[in-house]
Amino acid sequence: MTFDKLKSNPVVWILMVAVLMAIVLSFLSPFFMTVGNMTNLSKQVSIVAILAAGQAVVIISGGIDLSVGSVLALSAVVIGTLIQMDVDPTIAMIAGLIAGTVAGWVNGMVITRGKIPPFIATLGMLGIARGLALAITGGVSHPVLAPMFLYIGNAKLFALPIPLYFVIVTYLVIGIMMHKTVFGRHVYAIGGNERVARLQGIPVDRQKVKIYALSGFLAAVAAVVMTGRLAATPPSVAQAIELQAIAAVIIGGISFVGGRGIVITALIGALIMAMITNGLNILGISSFYQQVLIGIVIIVAVWLDNLKSASR
Amino acid sequence: MTEQNPLVEMRHISKNFGGLQALNNASLELYPGEVLGVLGHNGAGKSTLIKILAGAETPSEGAIFVDGHEARIHDPNDARALGIETIYQELALCGNLNAPANLYMGREISKWGFLNKKAMKEETARALSKLNIRIKSLDTEVETMSGGQRQAISISRAVHFDTKILIMDEPTAALGMEESKMVMDLTVELKKQGIGIIWISHDIHEVYNFTDRITILHGGENVITGATRDFTEDEIVSMIISGRPVERNSAKEEV
Repeated sequence: MTFDKLKSNPVVWILMVAVLMAIVLSFLSPFFMTVGNMTNLSKQVSIVAILAAGQAVVIISGGIDLSVGSVLALSAVVIGTLIQMDVDPTIAMIAGLIAGTVAGWVNGMVITRGKIPPFIATLGMLGIARGLALAITGGVSHPVLAPMFLYIGNAKLFALPIPLYFVIVTYLVIGIMMHKTVFGRHVYAIGGNERVARLQGIPVDRQKVKIYALSGFLAAVAAVVMTGRLAATPPSVAQAIELQAIAAVIIGGISFVGGRGIVITALIGALIMAMITNGLNILGISSFYQQVLIGIVIIVAVWLDNLKSASR
Repeated sequence: MTEQNPLVEMRHISKNFGGLQALNNASLELYPGEVLGVLGHNGAGKSTLIKILAGAETPSEGAIFVDGHEARIHDPNDARALGIETIYQELALCGNLNAPANLYMGREISKWGFLNKKAMKEETARALSKLNIRIKSLDTEVETMSGGQRQAISISRAVHFDTKILIMDEPTAALGMEESKMVMDLTVELKKQGIGIIWISHDIHEVYNFTDRITILHGGENVITGATRDFTEDEIVSMIISGRPVERNSAKEEV
């Protein structure tokens, strides 16, 4: 009984794939399982992982958010520009978080009030936020040398890099939100059947605005980590990173149709992608082939998902 | 039965869609514990009349009284607040969620935004057993269940929240024979509890055997309203088609 339960749990499957990959890689290269490489890997994965958490919520609701990379850049630029103007780093960070949340809120309003499909609305925001980031800075990257940001980007706490704590807290909070709260239940209902959700009195539009605002907020959280790691805020940062976040969600096994999936699998999906990149780097295989492999993994992940739903 | 006060009175309801007169001075009364069949062929106005009661449409003219008080029903939430629930022909559940999640959709039991899953599960078990509905497990997603089981969940959801008036819009259309019977048995159970039920169906045989009273609409007007047993099945069919009351019973209609 408990074995059946484990077998049908989507987290178990994807986790097994990730563990298997880690084992294979550590056999193939003695450098893979080193502290240095693991630290590196967790830093690499952190930004995509944070974005993927927001993306997972959006995709479970039956939507998509293409704007997260640009919103990340806009938030980073707000932080960098304010610090350049000698604003207190904490206030600059809060302003950056607000900027990202507002951009996400605008996405939600355009989708619900304007009745624009999420793909189009967030594609528009992808251009708008990136353009604003470039316009604010005139294309210039500001250095950020405030100790707080350097700490976030480079320090360790209990032997773990700080960005990893951002990831852990993000997934803890989003996990609780999705599985224990009314909001999370509504996200699943909207993704399952929006018309029914509306008919049963769920404030669908209000919840959708919250969903996209949340995705924007998490893009801004990722911006804070990114600013720390780069010690600068280039407005061209994180181009096409939204595709990595979406890929992580899909590899994790969250259904693109909506209504199904567990957010934590997006983190494992992000880890698998990072391991592919990192592992192939260590093995000295060209980065060109990494892209090919990730592409194949995405398609295979969805194919496996289809097999699963066919057997249901 | 008619000595009781009606649960719902729809008086002199008219509705225009542009130039089209969907309803013309139509009326409807529903008493506690009865099943009222609403009949008419497509375009007769029955679905418009029902949608007005359910809050999906607003009337151009006329008034609705619920429990003797005039009610303003502008959207489905207004109707729900008055204890009016609707069961649709297509199964209105989220297939990806389990029975408790569907039963409490939009009115989850919660504290500070956190779900009380245990209470919802217990209440769901109670609600289902009250209507003698058996379901394998409350944790399974409803899309793995049969059409009849899902319709049963819809019904128990509809009556769980202090419902007085239940509109059933072709509730058996998507179901097999055995499952239809299960839904009808359920409806009898609800009737006993004093709920007024409006039953819309194209199946004359089903309506004849199952309803206490009928009202027939034709061209947006009432043809006749009366006890189902005062007519034969053939008479009902002919009234639906012709739009004229049967001669023999025209006296009874006056009563």
